Amino acid sequence: MAVLTPDTPVPHAAARVIARDVHWIGALDPELRRFDLLLDSAHGTTYNAYCVRGSAGVSIVDTVKETFADEFFRRLESVADYDEIRAIVLNHLEPDHSGALPELRRRAPKARLYVSSRAQMMLKGVLHGTAGEFTAVQTGDHLDLGDRRLRFLQTPYLHWPDTQCTYLEGDALLFSGDIFGSHYCDARLFNDAVGSFRAAFEQYYACIMRPFAREVRQALALIEPLPLRLIAPAHGPILRDAPAYYLSRYRELSTPSPATGEHTLLVFYLSAYGNTRRMAEELARAAASDEVRVELIDLDGAAIAPLLERIERADAIACGSPTINGDAVKAVWDLLSSLTCIDVRGKIGAAFGSYGWSGEAVRMIEERLRGLKLRTPLPGVRARLTPGSDELAACRSLGHDLALHLCGRAEHRTIDMASLA
Amino acid sequence: MPKAKVTFEDVGVTVTVPAGTRLIEVSEKVGAGITYGCREGECCTCLTKIVAGGEHLTLPSILEAQVLKDNLAPRQHRLACQAQVLCGEIVVAPA
Repeated sequence: MAVLTPDTPVPHAAARVIARDVHWIGALDPELRRFDLLLDSAHGTTYNAYCVRGSAGVSIVDTVKETFADEFFRRLESVADYDEIRAIVLNHLEPDHSGALPELRRRAPKARLYVSSRAQMMLKGVLHGTAGEFTAVQTGDHLDLGDRRLRFLQTPYLHWPDTQCTYLEGDALLFSGDIFGSHYCDARLFNDAVGSFRAAFEQYYACIMRPFAREVRQALALIEPLPLRLIAPAHGPILRDAPAYYLSRYRELSTPSPATGEHTLLVFYLSAYGNTRRMAEELARAAASDEVRVELIDLDGAAIAPLLERIERADAIACGSPTINGDAVKAVWDLLSSLTCIDVRGKIGAAFGSYGWSGEAVRMIEERLRGLKLRTPLPGVRARLTPGSDELAACRSLGHDLALHLCGRAEHRTIDMASLA
Repeated sequence: MPKAKVTFEDVGVTVTVPAGTRLIEVSEKVGAGITYGCREGECCTCLTKIVAGGEHLTLPSILEAQVLKDNLAPRQHRLACQAQVLCGEIVVAPA
């Protein structure tokens, strides 16, 4: 449940000073229980927006979800007049940050919109003609507010292509967008004043940022050299106490395990009568060597969550499923649908399985593996009912060839497109 | 019909293809790591590094050129869903 209590009334009209002439003007959503259909938010969330005043005008950084626009405008009006606003920076176009933009543009017609270069392709889809004139910015571009300057840092895919951070120079303040965010609502706002939000911070990373670990590392390369006194994310507590901790935690979470020199292949299977299991065993035996560590995992009844870390660390996965009612078995889909939560791009994937009469499962799994951005250089193996010697040999061949790919010793093939299915 | 050879470095495969084939059509078939998204040249998911032979591809359309620019794509990168093979030998890899 949300941390807000009757003793801490929500100050609906009050903006909060977070630095000299910088105010929080966001909104509190203590009732939210699920975000983006992905993420439980037992403590609600906040939609953080900020007002930065310089000698040459005011910039608004992000807005709020449309249904919270009144709260946002009341706070904004308490610290700035609309005709003072000369810039609106959107670090991220998702509706929980852009929802109040159309109305803000109407109220502050002198303001120019600043978005990331990659936001351009999405702007029309999100704002449907209400975006107006805008400037697309890149890393290193500045917005001059007179006596202070905002600098833009492109941080794509954290967690949309458009996402960026905005750095208030001199004040060492980073408006980080969704990076370093938490779904945690507490009207006390600052990380040293709110209750314990560690679990919310970790969950936010796991659900939102983890699939983009390599982009997190790229973003950290931009952010870590900056002097930082305060991180102002788009959700959850404002990080004024020990902001460096949150950078180091992101660094830790996004750093892959050190290479062991050994390649890992995980062979998952489901088997009603032992046929697909037999195929899995043949494949696994053929792939295993001093260079390739193979783990055989029966998915029947297996908990998915603990497998994700193993898959994240593995170099390849092979999925075996019988075809039942023209489909792969649900446990395989449960596993594959969970892989969107981790970074599997570029890993090697393969499929196999027994079938009775139609055998669609292998192709379906291969297609899904490709959709998850794995490489699938080797065609899957199917066996009608009980695998015979030829089919078991094909499984061994698949295992052997997977191992060669993992070790970088696969033979280069030259083929004609007409021979490809 | 003129043919061309496209090599997908990440899976170690060279494919002989008819002129006019889009890179993504072959990439999917050989299981290369060049992945697709919208297939309409808008999302930039299929951004591909052209390691060699870029001159053997059709020139980027106005739409593709804009998407490459908006996404700050490095030089010698194309959208696999848009670039069509003309002739010669082309080597590609995931971006």
